[in-house]
Formats: sequence, structure tokens, C-alpha cells
Amino acid sequence: MSNATLEKGINSFVKMIDAPIASFFSSCVSCGMCADACLFYQETGDVKYTPIAKLEPLRRAWEQEYTLFGRLKKLLGLSKKITNEELKQHTELVYNSCTMCARCSMVCPVGNDIAYMIRKMREGMAAGGFAPAGLIGASNRAVEIGSPMGLTLHALSAQIKHAEKATGITINLDKSDVEYMVLLSSMELINFPEYLEAIAKIFKQAGKTWTISSTAFEATNSGIQIGSSDIARILVKRIVDSAEKLKVKTVISPECGHAFTAIRYEGPNLIGRKYNFEVKHILEVLDSFNEAGLLPTEGLEKEKLTFHDPCSLARKGGVIDEPRRLLKKVSDNFTEMTDHGARNWCCGGGGGASAIEEGEPLRLKAFKTKQKQIEETEATTLVTACANCRIVLEEGVEHYNMDMPIVGLTELLAEHLVDKPKQKLKKEAKQ
Amino acid sequence: MDDYMSLLLLSKGLLFEIALVIFIFGVLLRLFEIFSLGRKKDLSEPKANPTIIGIKTIFTRSIPSYEMMTKRGFLIVNGIIFHVGLFIVVFLLAPHITVIDRLIDLSWSPLSSQIINFATVVTIFSMIVILVHRFTHPVMKALTTSGDYVAWIVTFLPIISGYMAYNHLLLPYNLILALHILSVDLLLIVLPFSKLSHSFTFFMARYYSGTISGRKGVQL
Repeated sequence: MSNATLEKGINSFVKMIDAPIASFFSSCVSCGMCADACLFYQETGDVKYTPIAKLEPLRRAWEQEYTLFGRLKKLLGLSKKITNEELKQHTELVYNSCTMCARCSMVCPVGNDIAYMIRKMREGMAAGGFAPAGLIGASNRAVEIGSPMGLTLHALSAQIKHAEKATGITINLDKSDVEYMVLLSSMELINFPEYLEAIAKIFKQAGKTWTISSTAFEATNSGIQIGSSDIARILVKRIVDSAEKLKVKTVISPECGHAFTAIRYEGPNLIGRKYNFEVKHILEVLDSFNEAGLLPTEGLEKEKLTFHDPCSLARKGGVIDEPRRLLKKVSDNFTEMTDHGARNWCCGGGGGASAIEEGEPLRLKAFKTKQKQIEETEATTLVTACANCRIVLEEGVEHYNMDMPIVGLTELLAEHLVDKPKQKLKKEAKQ
Repeated sequence: MDDYMSLLLLSKGLLFEIALVIFIFGVLLRLFEIFSLGRKKDLSEPKANPTIIGIKTIFTRSIPSYEMMTKRGFLIVNGIIFHVGLFIVVFLLAPHITVIDRLIDLSWSPLSSQIINFATVVTIFSMIVILVHRFTHPVMKALTTSGDYVAWIVTFLPIISGYMAYNHLLLPYNLILALHILSVDLLLIVLPFSKLSHSFTFFMARYYSGTISGRKGVQL
């Protein structure tokens, strides 16, 4: 991101355009239905938040470079140039007011994947120096320190000690030839250390071997959020190198939406090859434990539960049925929000938006959609599976004086875990 | 032979041929412009078959969601009426089928002229409705550019002139028929280079979109 210039930004736009993007721009009929699927437009009524309009500089880059008439217009000096001023204005549109939740992509009648294009447009915005300061800081810390929140190995070690004391279970760092390598997010380590305890308990119960890498414990990927494939590649490579060095079979993405899509779907394309291991979200792993009879639970939650689907996990990650199967293990009073699963509404802080300080007022305004959704369910506890969503939800709940605890699904399951000997479990599973 | 016969012959003869050549060239060019950009091979392990979901999405995206029906039902219903009406008028009128038959040696049964006439009125009405909607809906108004008006005009002219020709309205028959064919020539020339290109690129857009979510096992 050093030496960012407008020219680099525009060049990056041009470089990012592929056949899907060309087909998307060729197909747009300016119906504006994408606006109705966007929480930022829905809650503000401001037409500038219309998703397809956020892409106008990228659209012009396509038109001017890859269409006959656009090129002719450019040759004759008739095309509108992309300027510094315009891209500065687009910082708010492409980052603060877009969480890349892909709801707009879901409703476009001609099938334009707008979130896909925003992700590509951010590459140009970052290369041109138009990314928000909050994301630049997070990306620099991720590369230099190893975590977007500046968390070091010392902090992780302290949390491990704490979790070991609380659970009486030893947590191994850098243990090779184990089945799973667990990734964490800084957000989790700082705000929800109980996740680590839950993992320790569940994996011990399931009889599975696991480890945490001291060189690649952070799962989140600021490079994806800011739109820098170079940074994203460095962060993915760290994980891949550690996982292959430790010879693990599966890498587990934590309760974090974008971290999952980053390592699971973007990662191989960033490093240019397939992995020698599998990547699974923690909920997929827990669901497989459950299916194998390795996740025995007892008792049911007294509270009425509802579930917030993290966009990157559900709509963009395909992990939709797993949380529901798991929730039903510990609750007979679970209710869905009106739009759930692939149709869920974003919390307002995804795609890096929560790291943008100046975006907070807009984020809180946009949260009203989620507030309405939650209140309609009349649930008393909100469950989710993304530490970032959880923080944003907590901020929103507090801001709007909603009396509602928010819990992570992994911890919830760990609370109901039955301590049974392994042999007995295996016997039960066979039956 | 009246004064307009030569114009009519020109419109359906040389000009139509030129328009057709430009149309075919334009469509091929647009397809080349898109496909030549290519797409990097996705190396991530798919959760489901992206190709199958991509193909499915070409069809499923025609079905509006309940949420969008409650929010933009007016636009959606009007859009469906317009597209169905246009399809009927363009492909099921006997003289149109004759033209297609001559061009590519393919024909099918036409609908009765009365039904086509009714479909034309409905299509014209839906086009006026969409134009008014474009002027008044805040999001559409903000998104609309001159390209949208060009697309509207070149689509509207053949429909209104065809209706006038069929019903012998206002102008001498040969003149209005010549104007109708001229407007079709114009439509053919403009279509591949304008927003009307969505008529053949939306298949690709839906397919690509479907493969992107399909890789994750999600059918949007």
C-alpha cells in the first residue's frame, strides 16, 4: 500500500476486471433493486448507498478499457475521468457503507454479484490510497505484529494459561502430526476468551488431537477486507506454511465469518495452489462430531433463542444447516428470524466496516434492521458464530437499550457438554 | 405504386441487411469483449458443483423473492408483463415469423392478430409505466443515465410503429410500415452496444453469479 497513487488505483481497477464483471456491467438495467436489499439504504433512504452506484468508478474503468465505444470515447477525450476527488468520496461508499454481505447480489434480477465486484474494487481503492485509516492500521498490524489488533504471542500465551487453569486441560502450541490446527481471531482472544476454553473441553471430550500454531494463530485477514491481495496472500501463506509444517489434517477457522471465507475460498487462489489439508469452520467440525456421536450434551436452554447468521458464514460460506442442528441439541425453544440463513441481514459491521471508527454512526443506524429482526422473534438470548458480529451486535444492543445477552454457539454447546468416557461414547455412536 | 414504396423496400432490403450485419457483429464483439477477459481458475475445494448451480441460477433468478415482491412488486410485475408482451409481439406475430423463416429457415405457429394486438397495447402501456417509474422512483431516478433513455426509445419505436401499421393509424400504410422496419433496423444496430445488451448477457451474469455462490454450496 506504500506509494499509493491514483494511477495505481485505476490500473488496479482495470486489472481486476474479468469476464464475470464485464458480464455484470453489460447486464445492469438500472432497476435499483439492489438498494432494497441493502441495510444501509434501507435505514437511511439515501440513494447514494445503492449498491450498484458504489461501483461507478469501476464501471467506467470497464467501459473505457474493455468496450469498443468506451475506447472510442476515451480516444476522443469524451469520457469522464476517474479523479482523486471521486475516489475519496467512494471510500465511504465502498468501505463504511458496504459490508460485502452480498444481499444485493442475491436479489439482482440479471444476476449481478455486486459484492464480488466491491471486493475487486477495493483492490483499486487500496492501491490508490483510498482505504480508510482504520483498515490500513489493522492491515499493517496484521503483517508486522501478526494480528490486526496488535496481539502478540505473549497475549496468546497468557490466554492459553488462563484457559488451562480454568479447564484443567493442557493446550499444546506447535504440536505436529495432530489432527486439527485451531485458528483464533484477535477479537475472540480479547473479548471472548471462553471460546478457547470451550474448544479445549469439546476436543478433549471428542478425543481429538489439536494444536495452535505460535506463528499463525490469527485467522482474520485484513488484506481481504481492505482489498490488498498482497497482504491477504502473506496472511494466508503464514497459516498454510504452519499447517503444512505441523502436518495437520484440518485447519479450523474460528467463529469469524470473513476469516472462514478468506482461508477456505480465497486462500488457495491467493497462493496459487491447493492445500495439503482441509479447511473447516468450527461449526462444521462440531457438526461432524455431533454426527459421530462425539458431542454429548445434556439439558436445554431455559431462554428463548434466536440465531444471527454471519453473512460470510451463511450466504457467502454455505454453513447454514450446521448451526441449526447444533442449536436444536441444546434448545427446544429456538426461533428463526424472518430473514435467516442465506437471506439473513448483516449486523452492519462485516467486511472490515467495524474497524472504521468514523463509520460508527452509520453502522448504528444500519443496525436498526437487525434490531427489528431480533425484536420480532421475542427471543431472550441471541446466539451467533462470529466474534466480529458479536461485538457489533453487542454495541447495537447497548446503543438501543435492548436487554439481550449474546453468546457464541461453541461456548453454548460447551456449557451443555457431558463428561463421558471416550469408550462409552464410541460404543453409543456404534449403536 | 405510392411514394413510400421505395422507402419501404430500402428499409426491409439493404438497410435491414446492414442492420443485421451490425447486429451480429455487435453481439459477437460484446461476447468477445466479455469472454476474452477470462476468469482465473478457482483452486478452492468446492462444497457443491458450481456449474450445476450456475446453470440453475439462469432459471431460478427469474423467480422474484417474497421480500422483493413486497418491496418492488410493482416494478417486478410490470417488468414481467413487459418482457412477456415483447416476446409475444416479436416472436409470435405471423409476419415476424415469416421474416425469421426467411432468415434462418425456422418457423412456428403464430398467434392470432387480435391477441398480438392486445399484447402490443399491454406492452406499450407497461413501457410508459416503467418510464414514469424511472422518473419518479428515487433510486431509479438517481441511477438513470442517457443510456437508459436510448434503450427505452429504440425499444418503444418499433412497438408503437408496428401497432400503428397494424391498425392503419395516422399515416399511409406503406410509410408507417417503412418507419416500423426502419425503427427495427435502428434497434438491431443499437442493441449490442447499449443497455439492451442485457438481453443476451444476462445469461452469463446469472451463470457466473450462480457459480460463485454455488462453489460454497449456496443457491441464491
